[in-house]
Amino acid sequence: MATHFKIDGLKAAIEGKEILKGINLEIKGGEVHAIMGPNGTGKSTLASALMGHPKYEVTEGHVELDGEALLEMGVDERARAGLFLAMQYPSEITGVTNSDFLRSAINARREEGKEISLIKFIRLMEGKMKELEMNTEFMHRYLNEGFSGGEKKRNEILQMMMLDPKIVVLDEIDSGLDIDALRIVSNGVNAMRSEDRGFLIITHYQRLLNYIKPDFVHVMMQGRIVKSGGPELAERLENEGYDWVKEELGIVDETVGQV
Amino acid sequence: MAKQMPDLEDYKYGFRDEHKAIFQSGKGLTPEVVRTISEIKGEPEWMLEFRLKALEQFNKMPMPKWGGNMDDLDFDDIQYYVRPSEKQGKTWEEVPTEIKETFDKLGIPEAEQKFLAGVSAQYESEVVYHSMQEDLEKQGVIFTDTDTALREYPEIFRQYFGTIIPPADNKFAALNSAVWSGGSFIYVPKGVKCEIPLQAYFRINSENMGQFERTLIVADEDSFVHYVEGCTAPIYSTNSLHSAVVEILVLKNARCRYTTIQNWAPNIYNLVTKRAVAEENATMEWVDGNIGSKLTMKYPAVVLKGRGAKGMVLSIAVAGKGQHQDAGAKMTHLAPDTTSTIVSKSISKHGGKVTYRGLASFGRNSEGSKANIKCDTLILDNQSTSDTIPYNEIMNDNITLEHEATVSKVSEDQLFYLMSRGMTEAEATQMIVMGFIEPFTKELPMEYAVEMNRLIKFEMEGSIG
Repeated sequence: MATHFKIDGLKAAIEGKEILKGINLEIKGGEVHAIMGPNGTGKSTLASALMGHPKYEVTEGHVELDGEALLEMGVDERARAGLFLAMQYPSEITGVTNSDFLRSAINARREEGKEISLIKFIRLMEGKMKELEMNTEFMHRYLNEGFSGGEKKRNEILQMMMLDPKIVVLDEIDSGLDIDALRIVSNGVNAMRSEDRGFLIITHYQRLLNYIKPDFVHVMMQGRIVKSGGPELAERLENEGYDWVKEELGIVDETVGQV
Repeated sequence: MAKQMPDLEDYKYGFRDEHKAIFQSGKGLTPEVVRTISEIKGEPEWMLEFRLKALEQFNKMPMPKWGGNMDDLDFDDIQYYVRPSEKQGKTWEEVPTEIKETFDKLGIPEAEQKFLAGVSAQYESEVVYHSMQEDLEKQGVIFTDTDTALREYPEIFRQYFGTIIPPADNKFAALNSAVWSGGSFIYVPKGVKCEIPLQAYFRINSENMGQFERTLIVADEDSFVHYVEGCTAPIYSTNSLHSAVVEILVLKNARCRYTTIQNWAPNIYNLVTKRAVAEENATMEWVDGNIGSKLTMKYPAVVLKGRGAKGMVLSIAVAGKGQHQDAGAKMTHLAPDTTSTIVSKSISKHGGKVTYRGLASFGRNSEGSKANIKCDTLILDNQSTSDTIPYNEIMNDNITLEHEATVSKVSEDQLFYLMSRGMTEAEATQMIVMGFIEPFTKELPMEYAVEMNRLIKFEMEGSIG
């Protein structure tokens, strides 16, 4: 079955304050969607709410992944159902090596007795690390501990590549990346593009979209998607900024009180 | 191991066997009990006198007013000596069947074959099995139970016994001195390095039993020894007492590592005195894991007596429901250029209580010495508590003392991160806990690290409600 992801009227609040005010979006396998928008318009809240971060309370709406009600699931179940979120600020976990962590994550998707063999795992991990031009030393480093911003982002992409998800949400994966790292990370993402995988890329720079060509571009303001279009929309935003969108829609303050 | 969710605070070594002891002292502590123990063991007069004096000392000393709650500890309701068998086995076939089966279940004979140079197994009050690899014997290494050492190596025994921890040191050291039985005696000659660990395993089987083993290790100049001990007991509704004394002397340039993994049942009072003296350039390392027991009070100590001596205590303590781990370390810097390191990792859950209690002491001659203390606590829920109680005594201006303490909870963001990769909440918590104690487990011999990880996983299963 081709991947099908549908967000329908999603509203979410943090500490009682509504941030997402009704998001509608449909992503099919093979498609890359980009969500752009200035800071504080609810983009990252969308990513966290989809994954199920406990800080965000979903107050209304429905999300479906391949016919299954995503919002009914726990965070781990969403992950096992095929959702992956590359985080803007990945946590550091001391004492847990990157490889132990990833092996556990892979095995969490497998039945008992069918765990990935150590040799196979190491080969897989080394192969993917090579694609991302990561030093294999990172296998034995503690998870994200002491990683630079760029190293953390690469490590997120590494996880994505190894977990083989159906829907990938990239939350500002380009922030803190220099141009070389941006190219490498983008190559990693492009290599993962396939007919049965959908992408949702959250960014406020058009720069990333030079490397990962989106099929659809959405603009988010005030906790809603206010404008959608093709790749040409991203280019116009790059050239002209967001003011024309605000003017067109009569928006004065695009934020939802969230920084 | 069958993969089923154990009950909260489940304890996998809680089985008991039906072995009948050949002698039991009966409950209560009197000079007659002490005389009987000494007589059965056929001890020399000086040891009987030592014991009787210690008993007087014990009766004189008040209960400690600090540390954990010992209100339920009734000295009249404990059996001080239980002799399980007539003689000690040199092969497992010579060990009474029920006892051998118990040690089989604990995996001791298997571990012995795979990775140990010598094994001692104590059941109740006596060592029931003992063996050591021949090549160590040829090099002059003595590894035997403490009773045998008193008989067969009287000179070296008397020279050191009770010198590092005299009976008057504390009430429980006095108690141990009065009724001690079993334990290990190790002597490593000059320049001999024991590359493979020596292990002792201590098992309490009876209810209301007191186990009072006494261990004495002498690492002669330029030698190395790694001694490992493990402990378990069945679960009874009444309490048992484990009160050991461990004395270690590390001579010039020698190194001794003492690794303990105590996994007592939740009805055991574990009140242990452990102290080492490190001479010039000697190194003493305590690696101390405390899981289980009702109350543990244990502060492995190193007296840094010679110039350049080094001391290390690396410990973890896990306290669950109804448990209190009052543990820590003591470092006494008596000579110049001595260094000490304390790393303490505590975990409390289900209303458990962990206390770090430590002493860093610098004497007048401790010029140029350094102490580094790091205490980290991980609290898994809102019912559980932790305390850090450091004591410092500084008699010299030219020393360095660093102390760092952290208390943390498993953070929401960390759990979210791991769960967003597909791990369940229990798996994610377990992973964070294992990472937290990794500085400890990485110091264990591989086989023990595996066992330790398994124990912790077992403890953590059912931690998520």
